[in-house]
Amino acid sequence: MTDQSYNFAYLDEQTKRMIRRAILKAVAVPGYQVPFASREMPMPYGWGTGGVQVTAACLMPEDVLKVIDQGADDTTNAVSIRKFFQRTAGVATTEATSEATIIQTRHRIPEQALTAGQILVYQVPIPEPLRFLEPRETETRKMHSLEEYGLMHVKLYEDIARHGSIATAYAYPVKVEGRYVMDPSPIPKFDNPKLSDSPALQLFGAGREQRIYAVPPFTRVVSLDFDDHPFDPSKAPHDCDLCGASESYLDEVITDDSGGRMFVCSDTDFCRTRREAGHAGRLGEAQFSSKKIANSFEGICPPTGDEA
Amino acid sequence: MTATLSGGFRDAPTQSARAFRAILDALSRPGTIQTLSGPVTPPAPLSQAAGTLLLTLADATTPLHLAGDLDTPAVRDWLTFHSGAPLVGAGDAAFAVGTWDALLPLSRFFIGTSEYPDRAATLIVEMQDLSPNGARLSGPGIDGHAFLSLPEVTAFAANHRLSPLGFDCFLTAGDRLAGLPRSTRVEAA
Repeated sequence: MTDQSYNFAYLDEQTKRMIRRAILKAVAVPGYQVPFASREMPMPYGWGTGGVQVTAACLMPEDVLKVIDQGADDTTNAVSIRKFFQRTAGVATTEATSEATIIQTRHRIPEQALTAGQILVYQVPIPEPLRFLEPRETETRKMHSLEEYGLMHVKLYEDIARHGSIATAYAYPVKVEGRYVMDPSPIPKFDNPKLSDSPALQLFGAGREQRIYAVPPFTRVVSLDFDDHPFDPSKAPHDCDLCGASESYLDEVITDDSGGRMFVCSDTDFCRTRREAGHAGRLGEAQFSSKKIANSFEGICPPTGDEA
Repeated sequence: MTATLSGGFRDAPTQSARAFRAILDALSRPGTIQTLSGPVTPPAPLSQAAGTLLLTLADATTPLHLAGDLDTPAVRDWLTFHSGAPLVGAGDAAFAVGTWDALLPLSRFFIGTSEYPDRAATLIVEMQDLSPNGARLSGPGIDGHAFLSLPEVTAFAANHRLSPLGFDCFLTAGDRLAGLPRSTRVEAA
């Protein structure tokens, strides 16, 4: 039920118009960070205020919203943002990737391929890919305008000189349509290939840093690399211990203090769908969720399987 | 007077949200034609699509330019009452609306700066008709290529060469809407 004390989707209409104009300019200049007048939201910075504002500006009453945090539908951040829009916009929500029309995400792209008509909204902490190399906004802005990205290649080169390979594992920089270098938000580099040529529209919102940027559908997104050190979207060399998937991104869960561990899909909807379809991994007989297992080791909820 | 006060959104939060999604779809998928059928009924000669788009996006912070025959007292009063957008000359406009001939020469419109390309103007081109044939489009938002009936090719091709600078366009005819961002490559079919 909608909370009638608030305007539809929480934000006032003037704010939504401002955000909508920023989104349209972001779509017109793929990868460029459009400044916008970010509002205070009823949640702290770092909890997805940018993503929430972009979602609020895009939501219509017919939408079906999915919210994920590190791939999971059932973590605090995801649950509270989903409830926020249930209350203020009255939209339907889902955990199934295929049923959602808008998916707000923190740090993952769903395993299941997105489709045309879906919008993926990323929560972004630091939108500027050059920020840790050059702290001054005046300078990074100039570097983007001059397409001067040598510094980023030096950083990747220094990774190779020091570690033998590019050590950046998340927030791996990409170039959009051969023009702007963009921070894809802290998604694992495993997800980077999914940014390119996606049928879905991808919008990025950074609340504290007041930036919105976009990757339209069917847009070329290339992860930066070198000819002799090509980009490698690596993942843990295991199968999911619950559903047996070999192609999904995995979380490592420590299960005891003598070296025991398990690997589970970070995308809970993907893992559950596979288990319901009869797939099983090494520990897959017990049909409880990966989060329940993780929680049981922290004493949050009692263990329910023999493995615990 | 009544004509000025009526014809806006009846339930702005939800109706403008639906309109925005059609607008967003149009701009992020150039070559597709969206329908903006809603309660908005602007005074002639402003089309329903252009009127809906302006009420969805324009407000007191967005200078608006009415080009040529669109600059009538009825249209001025209606837009001022419903959006509050200040009416300005072409060079200062964030939004400009008119027929293709009335918008020319396009060099009057702001194309942004290399540090802030987002400040470029958005043009709303009123057309007789919109159809998915004519000029060949490719680029972001387009799977392969698409076709769209554009008033001309040269001007849009030149605008794309300025990218990431350049204006962005919406084409409107009746309640139909298509988007053409500066990122789209335009060639004669």
